[in-house]
Amino acid sequence: MDATLTNQSENENIWGGGNKPLNASYGKMMMWFFIVSDALTFSGFLAAYGFSRFKFIESWPIADEVFNHFPFLHGVDAPMYYVALMTFILIFSSVTMVLAVDAGHHMKKNKVAFYMLLTIVGGAIFLGSQAWEWKNFINGQYGAVETRGGQILQFVNAETGKRVNLSSFAASIPTDRSQHKAKNGVWYVKESTLPTYSVEEITAGFLANDNLLIKTQQNDGQGHKLVLDREGSINKITQAVHVVEGANLVRNEYGSPLFANFFFFITGFHGFHVFTGVLINLIIFFNVVIGTYEKRGHYEMVEKVGLYWHFVDLVWVFVFTFFYLV
Amino acid sequence: MAVEHKLSIFRGRLTFKSVTQKIWGVLIFLSILTIVEVALGIFKPQVLMNTFLGMKLLNWIFIILTIIKAYYIAWDFMHLRDERRSFTSSIVLPLLILIPYLIFILLLEADYIYNVMSDGFVSWNF
Repeated sequence: MDATLTNQSENENIWGGGNKPLNASYGKMMMWFFIVSDALTFSGFLAAYGFSRFKFIESWPIADEVFNHFPFLHGVDAPMYYVALMTFILIFSSVTMVLAVDAGHHMKKNKVAFYMLLTIVGGAIFLGSQAWEWKNFINGQYGAVETRGGQILQFVNAETGKRVNLSSFAASIPTDRSQHKAKNGVWYVKESTLPTYSVEEITAGFLANDNLLIKTQQNDGQGHKLVLDREGSINKITQAVHVVEGANLVRNEYGSPLFANFFFFITGFHGFHVFTGVLINLIIFFNVVIGTYEKRGHYEMVEKVGLYWHFVDLVWVFVFTFFYLV
Repeated sequence: MAVEHKLSIFRGRLTFKSVTQKIWGVLIFLSILTIVEVALGIFKPQVLMNTFLGMKLLNWIFIILTIIKAYYIAWDFMHLRDERRSFTSSIVLPLLILIPYLIFILLLEADYIYNVMSDGFVSWNF
């Protein structure tokens, strides 16, 4: 605890202000205290995620079955690879940020600007990747139905055990049901977009196709979902009340609605941090380029935004673990 | 303001010549940890599926590796290693005390609710 030792020079007055017992400047210390409070916010979110997950431990979606896309590999089951790539992008942009801070300590203006620029580019690529991840999550891939009790039923091929797209078996039953829009009828009353297929079409198609089974939300304890036999499946399909394609805040084709809610909220909040981080980095980058810190005599501002940027990386490490790995 | 940098990691077992070298060294270390995590996440060895203290061994490994990664990001990228110990403690101790406490309360409560729903008279699967 060396802060209790006096570290002032002879002529400095302890009560006169200006001394730094923790040897950190005001701005840096406040950035750290902000980071501490923000870390508590994120841990609150992740702990709440853990709460919901332990509450529905038997039916929580399996991440490998949800996030299995990779750019340019359509239909290939590639869990983890994409999010691992995103992690590397963020860690790498963290490294360029430390290099910028280090160059700042040596007062090398051009090097600072170059590394800041790389950091900004890294952050932008990460944001784009996250947008793509969200797009896949929201659009979904196979579709499912929801029962009256709120259970999600997915469809699998009896032989291969792989999931089956709704469009590949849905029967065609013509209907004149159309989306209710605000411009027709009572003012300000409307409904969301209708699913591509009706429950009747899915049910008829399912009954006509003997090769289909239903995959329930229940986990078997070995990292797989329980698949019903044909009889159980036929029994279950009669309880379907909604066709679910993709994900929104009310229901999603992956399972528990809370899963999608936490995914949107936590990765969204983290993405918002990345976005503000990129903006702040941009401002500091321009300040570096026009020589503000060269005139000031030190690059501590780069160090402070660096702390924020690393914090964003730090949070991602935890989000990665709790959403994709565990 | 001349800042003193500590250039050793792994409790002094590995010392670098400059800050830049240390940064790349830590990057390599973090990358190895991430690759191990991803590989375990893809292959999921059967041995690690056994439960230990209420959680799968695999998940324990993931969480421990994550905390190690967090340590190196905070200590070397956010250069807490170069700060005074009192400053480091005032940042890390509140988090180390509050977060496990919060997790303990929430997970215990969630487990209780799960038990009530699965064994009790309350039905949610109707």
